[in-house]
Parts: sequence; structure tokens; C-alpha cells
Amino acid sequence: MNSFTLTQATAADEAVRDLTSHDGAAYLGGGTNLVDLMKYNLTRPTHLTSLGLLPLADITSLPDGGLRLGALATNADTAWHPEVEKRYPLLSQTILAGATPQLRNAATNGGNLNQRTRCYYFYDLATPCNKREPGTGCSALTGPNRVCGVLGTSESCIATHPSDMCVALAALEAVVRVQGPDGERTIKFEDYHRLPGDQPEADNTLKAGELVTAIDLPEEGYADHFTYLKLRDRSSYAFALVSVAVGLKMSGQTIEKARFAVGGVAHKPWRDQEAEKMLEGQTASPDLFRKVAAKVFAEAKGYGEGSLHNSFKIELGKRAIVRALKQAVEMEYEVNPNAFLNSNP
Amino acid sequence: MSLTFLQEPLDKTAPHVVPAQSVTLHVNGQARTIQIAPWTSLLDALREYLDLTGTKKGCDHGQCGACTVLVDGKRINSCLALATVYQGKQIQTIEGLGTEDNLSPLQQAFVDHDAFQCGYCTPGQICSAQGLINEGRCKTVDEVREHMSGNLCRCGAYTNILSAVMEVLHDGEAVVDNGVLITIPAQPTKAVS
Repeated sequence: MNSFTLTQATAADEAVRDLTSHDGAAYLGGGTNLVDLMKYNLTRPTHLTSLGLLPLADITSLPDGGLRLGALATNADTAWHPEVEKRYPLLSQTILAGATPQLRNAATNGGNLNQRTRCYYFYDLATPCNKREPGTGCSALTGPNRVCGVLGTSESCIATHPSDMCVALAALEAVVRVQGPDGERTIKFEDYHRLPGDQPEADNTLKAGELVTAIDLPEEGYADHFTYLKLRDRSSYAFALVSVAVGLKMSGQTIEKARFAVGGVAHKPWRDQEAEKMLEGQTASPDLFRKVAAKVFAEAKGYGEGSLHNSFKIELGKRAIVRALKQAVEMEYEVNPNAFLNSNP
Repeated sequence: MSLTFLQEPLDKTAPHVVPAQSVTLHVNGQARTIQIAPWTSLLDALREYLDLTGTKKGCDHGQCGACTVLVDGKRINSCLALATVYQGKQIQTIEGLGTEDNLSPLQQAFVDHDAFQCGYCTPGQICSAQGLINEGRCKTVDEVREHMSGNLCRCGAYTNILSAVMEVLHDGEAVVDNGVLITIPAQPTKAVS
């Protein structure tokens, strides 16, 4: 790790001032991703603005019926918060599907949004990577790319966003609150992360110096019909190959409202609002789910066949959507690789 | 417990442009002040500056769990924690859980169940299991397996680790035979609605 200086800020505006007054500075939340990246020499900040003392770890109800998740609340405290468990079980289940207990106890909600991709080549300093070093090329286009994306990719980057939590936040239509040198603003979750285009080095739409202060959840939490289906190479402590977060409002067998997002397939949690509309007002059926799944992956592009390459994700993704929708409707699990996730004591 | 060191522990940082800071950590009930650089991990602070070598460095990237310690009763990977920002927190390491003459229930259960071979992952396993018990979220074998997934054992002593944790979790009432739990019912597969 390179040397750096460190300041412990005690308020959001102080943190923004501290960061913007140092060249090459970065915010330090729980450190579970940033410190790791620094140890690999992938990022080399010369100054860290530590956020640990900021009063942003609370989870509070909002006047409009929603819930505000403080950016500094840990992933574990969020997943196990009584209001989150009761009203947003999809979020709780999704957080618990990621990482390990130790990581979830240190990792923060803001940090979860801002974690970097786990693309092999981003982590391998010996290979070209446009995200790590713009202009050097993308090694994943032709090399083994099992973990990479099939939707919204570009010729400069096919990396995926690794978060589970963010897949649920996309389906829940969360709003991200940020504070920066020009004051506060909010960003709709679908606008927070971006597609790689010709600027894969930028993961999100934060401006220089901006700090995530909270994530607001709208009132609707889909607590009666939800699921997070995560498909991965081993049943615990692995990133998703494909995951689907679903929230439904049902009236009998009719789907009144549908929101879902797909993880592991794109540079951001992938939401398709046209596909969601195809479900609304319709009777739940496997045929309908298959049509919806086909719509989501209609323009998908695989980058090679076989187990080392990622074209398999297109069929896997379609089937995952069908199964996840079925699970959310029935609230029963035909095949349940994560039995532990479905019991809240 | 007395330990012999081949080398004196570090009492100062290597010369550098960023000066060492005076940092006070509360470890196992004691306030300890050390001079460290901002990039010193909590793991390195414990091992290299405080002589608490029970906590182990495995991968140093938050993947293996050998460095697990408890902070305010919650388990974290000390290798990914910068020590400076853990001032004011109560840190507990394997040395703080029990003594040689008075082992903690988990330490005793690990001995009774032969829950280790080389022992390198054991302090992390025990601290993690203590964190799991503090969380109060797990009851069944499947839940414990999942919530111990942040601790790798390359000897593969998982079967006996699971038995040891289950015994303490259920206050000696869980009966685990060769890794298979007999008395606690298996997890239902229907979601809670």
C-alpha cells in the first residue's frame, strides 16, 4: 500500500471540504473494498477522508411513508433492522446473499453502491483494462469472461457491477442522496450507476467530491410478493453469475404492479421498464414470464461459448427471471439453494 | 499466557514522510497507546505493535477470515480495517475470550470436538463463531454453515468446527453426529409470508 494521510471528518460538509482540499483524495467508509484495492495497488489515494464519525448511520422513517438508510449504516445493521425486515424483506434477503458476516459488519450502504467491479482484468495489473487504465484496451472481450456482462456492454468494457444490494435497490426504486461542493441533490437509483460506453472508468454519475449521505426507499416494499434469486458458482460467498430481485403487488392471480432488476449481467443493476409493464394487469403464468424474460435479453450479446465465456448467461438469465417471478408470485421455492435466507427468526 | 518472541515487536514505524500518529486502542478491556502510520491495519496493529499474535494473517484481503476479531461485539476482518479509525471501539481478540486455565465455552468446545488440525484458522473461527452467537440469528446447521462462510479452513476441519459451534450455540443440547445434527429440525423450505 502506498503512503497516505488520513483525516477523520465529523460532519458531511466537513468531509466534502477535506476531500476537495486534497489532491488524489478518496472517501473511506468501511474500507472493505477500498483498502483491498489499495493493497492491490489498483487505486493509490494520497489522502483518505474517513467517514466513520459522521452521524449518518441511522435508519429512520420518512414522512411520506418511506425509509431512509444512512450511508454509514452497515450492511448487516441494515439487513437486520426491524423496519427493513418487516417492510423491505427483499432488501434484507438480498444483502444477506452477499459477502460474509464479517464483511457485512464493516461494509457501509454508501460503500456498497460505490464498490468496484470484480472483473478479473480490472484486478490484474499485468493485463490491459480500460476501467483501470483508460485507453489500454479490454482484455475481457476475448479472454475468459465468465463473470462479465451481456447487456449494455460496449467495445471498451464488459464489466459488471458486483453488488447484490444494489439489485434490490434498483427494483425498489430507491433514491440516492448526495452532498458535494455545490450542495445537496438526489439521484434516482436507475440514474446512479451508468453503462460503460466509451468512459468505462466512471462507474456512476457522482460528480467530483460528492458524497453519498443516504438512500431513501419509497413506501412500497413488496413485502407480500418478493424474491431474490442468486445463481453463483458456489452456494455461499460468491458473486452472482446472474441474480434477479423481484417485487410484485398482486390481486389474486393478477399482477397489479411489477418491479424487477437483474444483477451480474451489466455495468449496473439492469432494469427494463417495458418488461415490467408487460407484467402489469396480467394474470401470472409461465408463458407470460417467458415472454418477459425474452424481452429483457432480446438485445443481449454474449462474448464467447463454453464455461470460460459468458454467452451462457443469456439463457441462464432468462430462466432466472422466469423462476424468480414464479417464486415471488407463489412465495414458495421449488429449488432453494439458499434455504437459510428464507427464515427470519 | 506467556509467549516467547524471536524478535522484539516493533516500537516505531519505518521513517516516512507521513509521521506516525499516537493512537489509543481498547483491546481486551485495556487501553493501549501506540505510534502508527495511517495505513497500519488493525491486524498489523494487534500483531506487530501490541504483541497479540493470536489473530492470524491469512490472505490479508478479507477472504479467509483468519484475522477475524470482534469490534463492539461484532465480527470483522481486521486486515481490511485501518487501525486509526478504530479508536474508541471495544476490540476483542482470541486472547480476550478466555485464558489458558479458563477457556471460553467455544474454546473448550473446539478442544472437545477436535475442531482443528493445523490451528491457523482457529482464532478467526472462534472469534467468528462468538460473533455469530452474539448476533443471535442462527439456530440450524445450515444457518451456521452459511454464517461461518467467511472463515476458511484449508485442513477441512469444517465438520468438527460445526459440531463445536452447534454445541455452544445450543448450550450443550444440540446433538451433532459426524457433522449431522440430530436434535434440531432441518430448515423449512417454505418462505415466511
